[in-house]
Amino acid sequence: MAAHLASFDLAFLITSVVKIVFLTFLVILPLVAYSVYAERRFSAIIQDRVGPNRTGIPLTLFGFKKDIQIFGIGGLVQPLADGLKFLLKEDFTPKSVNTFYYWLAPALTMVPALMTCAVLPFGSELDLSFLNPLITSLGGDGFTAPIKSVIADLNVGPLFVFAIASLGVYGIVLAGWSSNSKYPFLGSIRSSAQMISYELSLGLSIVPVLMVFGELNLSKMAAFQDANGWLLLPLWGEGLTVARWVLWVPMLISFCIFTVAMFAETNRLPFDLAECETELVAGYHTEYSSMKFALFFMGEYAAMIIGSGIAVTLFLGGWSIPFAPLIGLDYVAGATPFWLGLLHIGTFFAKVIVFILFFILIRWSLPRFRFDQLMKLGWLYMFELALANVFLTAVLMIICYPVK
Amino acid sequence: MATIIVQRPKLAWHERWFISTLAKGLKITLGHALKTFREITGGKAKVTMEYPEEKWDSNLPSYYRGAPALVTDEHDRERCVSCQLCEFICPPKAIKIIPSEIPSDDPWAKVEKRPKEFDIDMIRCIYCGMCEEVCPEQAIFLRKDYAITGESRAEMVHDKKKLYEIGGKRVGLVNKWNELK
Repeated sequence: MAAHLASFDLAFLITSVVKIVFLTFLVILPLVAYSVYAERRFSAIIQDRVGPNRTGIPLTLFGFKKDIQIFGIGGLVQPLADGLKFLLKEDFTPKSVNTFYYWLAPALTMVPALMTCAVLPFGSELDLSFLNPLITSLGGDGFTAPIKSVIADLNVGPLFVFAIASLGVYGIVLAGWSSNSKYPFLGSIRSSAQMISYELSLGLSIVPVLMVFGELNLSKMAAFQDANGWLLLPLWGEGLTVARWVLWVPMLISFCIFTVAMFAETNRLPFDLAECETELVAGYHTEYSSMKFALFFMGEYAAMIIGSGIAVTLFLGGWSIPFAPLIGLDYVAGATPFWLGLLHIGTFFAKVIVFILFFILIRWSLPRFRFDQLMKLGWLYMFELALANVFLTAVLMIICYPVK
Repeated sequence: MATIIVQRPKLAWHERWFISTLAKGLKITLGHALKTFREITGGKAKVTMEYPEEKWDSNLPSYYRGAPALVTDEHDRERCVSCQLCEFICPPKAIKIIPSEIPSDDPWAKVEKRPKEFDIDMIRCIYCGMCEEVCPEQAIFLRKDYAITGESRAEMVHDKKKLYEIGGKRVGLVNKWNELK
């Protein structure tokens, strides 16, 4: 038993737990809450409104003169108020639902969205060796190598993400079916039909990317782009060769297809057929209230954040800083200073936030697709385009990188 | 019935493929976003009225129909003679009047009646203004108050005192009962 216990790498276990807690509870969930707030604020200014700008810390309740507004911007505490409201609302369960699946569905939407963040490289690596004197004084061994900023450094990154992320549709289908009501049912049926139209082009769109990188490990892809220029911005390193510029065209096509399929995958407008209030009351979550409804909501936004993370990692250089080798901020495996590691994490989340804002901007710019238009776009155009793109990339690669 | 042939716009290939149209749409929404953002950070959002701080009051049109109220004339006489026409015409039955006689030693004894109680239930009132139309004495008017709130149903019933408070004195109307003229 003792030998069995000794075979556990305790440092690995602890750092993994710390990374999981950091990424899920300190980054993704607050980011979910604040992207809901950002959505409300951004959509407000698009429509020439002001948006929620009043929620501060309510000191007036305790007899003070003014509420505290953080940073002088009103409304930054709005997500807390929303969360509190969701917790305190009546949790109403209709009489005719299939109780087990009705309760399971919100979790099935939320869990896959959060699970996919395991393979997301949210930074290069953190050199924590400056903590070693403290750890050795407490009787530990200290860090021998920098810690990679990814929870699970899998060699099948994108495949894992697609496998888990497409499970999210089960939550929607179960919610629609178990609600025992026609509008949620129609919404969930539409969601599943939408999923099968877009999953194919989503998978096919990254095949050219994998061909160029020659591997499936997301953190190695990010490190490659750090040294050789982003896939869509090959302006330094090896990216200055003609071959990379020739391959830029199929990469752009891939990026467009991937982004459109990601919108469909996360049920965002213009592809939010599962929840269009003009036709389906509210869609698959019509019969849900309070925290169960909030879980659907959070699942959608978490999927949006992870999707943005994947798109950023594949096409926009992940955590890498633009022109890093030219300004001396490039990543050297095993020898990245602590501050640069933190800067990489910051860069990654800055890119993700820009991508989320793009999601929101698209939502208010495009009208919702009709159901047949969506199927036609998915099956007749995007699928074919993605398939042709694979062949195009293959041909270009044979021309650009002749086999020696 | 004449047949109308609808001319659909002929779209170029880049418009049909959502390329130029998408860029155009993004330009419009982003333009609005940046414009409003600059207005908000500059402290002058021109589009929205921030309600509890800024109010409509100075912009209300003269014909605005707010809360109904009773008015007195320039000699502080209650203009209402409790004829109960408004109570009778009121579509949602919001008005309740209990009339009383005017004692003979009163300077306005000739008027004979005035309301003892005059209640308007503001939960029922639909601001139609028919009481104002029907009043033969020009005693009831719809004023410009619109923020009428209360914490209980009883608080939302305007009694005679409250109605005169809202209405105030109104001069320059026809004075049938004025012996001083």
